[in-house]
Amino acid sequence: MTETTDEAFVDDPPASSAGGTAKPVAPLAEALVEVQGLSKHYGPIRAVDGISFTVRRGDILGFLGPNGAGKTTAMRLITGFLTPDAGTVRVAGHDIATESLLARHKVGYLPENAPAYGEMTVTGFLEFIAEARGVTEVDPAIRKVVAMTGLERVQHQMIETLSKGFKRRVGLAQALIHDPEVLILDEPTDGLDPNQKAMVQELISNLSRNKCIILSTHILDEVERICNRALIISQGKILVDSTPQELMTQAPNHNVVRLSLESPNPQLARTLAAQAWCKRFDELTPTSFEVFPVDGENRLAEILALAKDVPLSAVHLDEGRLDELFRHITEGVSR
Amino acid sequence: MSNTAPSHGRFTGMKAVFKREFKGYFSSPLGYIFIVIFLVTSGWLTLSRDFGRFLELRQASLDPFFTYIPWVFVILVPAVAMRLWAEERKTGTVELLFTLPVTLEASYLGKFLAGWSFLAFSLLLSAPLVWQVERLGNPDWGVILTGYLGCLLLAGVYLAIGMLFSALTQNQVVAFILGTAASVVFLIVGLPETLEGIGRWFGGYAEQVMASLSMADHFATMTRGLLELGSLVFFFAFTAGWLICGMLALDRTKAA
Repeated sequence: MTETTDEAFVDDPPASSAGGTAKPVAPLAEALVEVQGLSKHYGPIRAVDGISFTVRRGDILGFLGPNGAGKTTAMRLITGFLTPDAGTVRVAGHDIATESLLARHKVGYLPENAPAYGEMTVTGFLEFIAEARGVTEVDPAIRKVVAMTGLERVQHQMIETLSKGFKRRVGLAQALIHDPEVLILDEPTDGLDPNQKAMVQELISNLSRNKCIILSTHILDEVERICNRALIISQGKILVDSTPQELMTQAPNHNVVRLSLESPNPQLARTLAAQAWCKRFDELTPTSFEVFPVDGENRLAEILALAKDVPLSAVHLDEGRLDELFRHITEGVSR
Repeated sequence: MSNTAPSHGRFTGMKAVFKREFKGYFSSPLGYIFIVIFLVTSGWLTLSRDFGRFLELRQASLDPFFTYIPWVFVILVPAVAMRLWAEERKTGTVELLFTLPVTLEASYLGKFLAGWSFLAFSLLLSAPLVWQVERLGNPDWGVILTGYLGCLLLAGVYLAIGMLFSALTQNQVVAFILGTAASVVFLIVGLPETLEGIGRWFGGYAEQVMASLSMADHFATMTRGLLELGSLVFFFAFTAGWLICGMLALDRTKAA
């Protein structure tokens, strides 16, 4: 079903063992986006190189990858804007090549940078999209998405006069106006301020229940927060297909414990470094250590037991950061 | 689920595209600027002592107006056409448009019809001239009607030519210059001087072919009050040809 090229991540246990805040994936949920062997070449450049994956109802799939990895091209192929050189895409059961209009009816798409007709008002633009999409009750549909995306205050303003955050929301509103089953969002939070980001992320999370959402981003934090599945792609290939929580367990610093002591304690340092489960021991300063456990297992309890008589000023357990893993995986490919 | 009525004909969405585009001419200064320039230039050329001499001739005829319309349009129509696709591609809205359930044909024709309707509206605003002619005497209404029809068909051809170049480039200025150049070429091949030259160099047969391909010739026939089937077929076929070329071009360039 899924193509992964990096051996290290193929045999990982299923997501459920990772715990955390992972949204459960219903095992029998209907497949809404089926991508098979999709390829697109520009001359010698393989923008998308034989990717395959399936996204089901309720899924929020994060498309991760460095700039130029093929994320946007893959999304343009799935939405039917580009024609693939090889492979197929089925959206809600309709082939995007042979039943293009039916498939496009099922998709809401926010292209990169949220393009819109600047000389139109927000409602005028939404009206156009609704009519072009054959929405039967245009006004209620507009009112609904305007409320959902918080556009009430600017709905009669011309789009070109809006701030970046509002423009992005207009892009989201047009993608949602026909209540699509499949939402494809190309960098929906790129360039937004932290408040706007949080608002858009919350909106996306709330939408996911009866839809399937594919979003691309290079903000790893976003994937952690809202996606229940992450695809890392680089040079047109899928390198990893996993859950964000599980990915974090693969990060080099997963479950690393950082201890800060009130005063230097060489005795404790020796004891910790000698433990069988201690893969690496770093003495950052005479009063602070980093302990790397074997296999990224959580050894916090043992460490605290060993240090119970030592006055500590701070203890930090690292969950693992996706960006380190991301760099680790994608740099290996581009070199 | 979704409250849409999926329909999937070839022209699905054409109405929405037409409406948006037509309204667009009036929601930016461009439309008004076009109308003012069109009316001022065509009016001046008609009335001027050096060109149309409408007042001096004192005839109940719109001939002075129709004579200069091809030259006014050759500049102004590419200005209407230039933004139709170049702007969509430059701002990226083309990606939005072609991921809507709208076919390429529908959006192309929707835009063409919107531009054409706008040009028809501008022509309609020259009505005071007709009123003036009516005051001067007893005009031949048939000639006026076929003349206006000729103007409309000519505008359609220029628009289709301009749209092709708008589909080929993201730069509106380039689209405008190429559109104007191409329109000028197809206009001047029909001028008597050009035809004479062609006849001299390539023979009478080439002269005939060029004459039949000339917009100026067919347009002149219509302004004389003759409504020939050949002219109508010429205008429709020529416009359709440019439109089809434009669609093929756009299909290749839309994602570039």
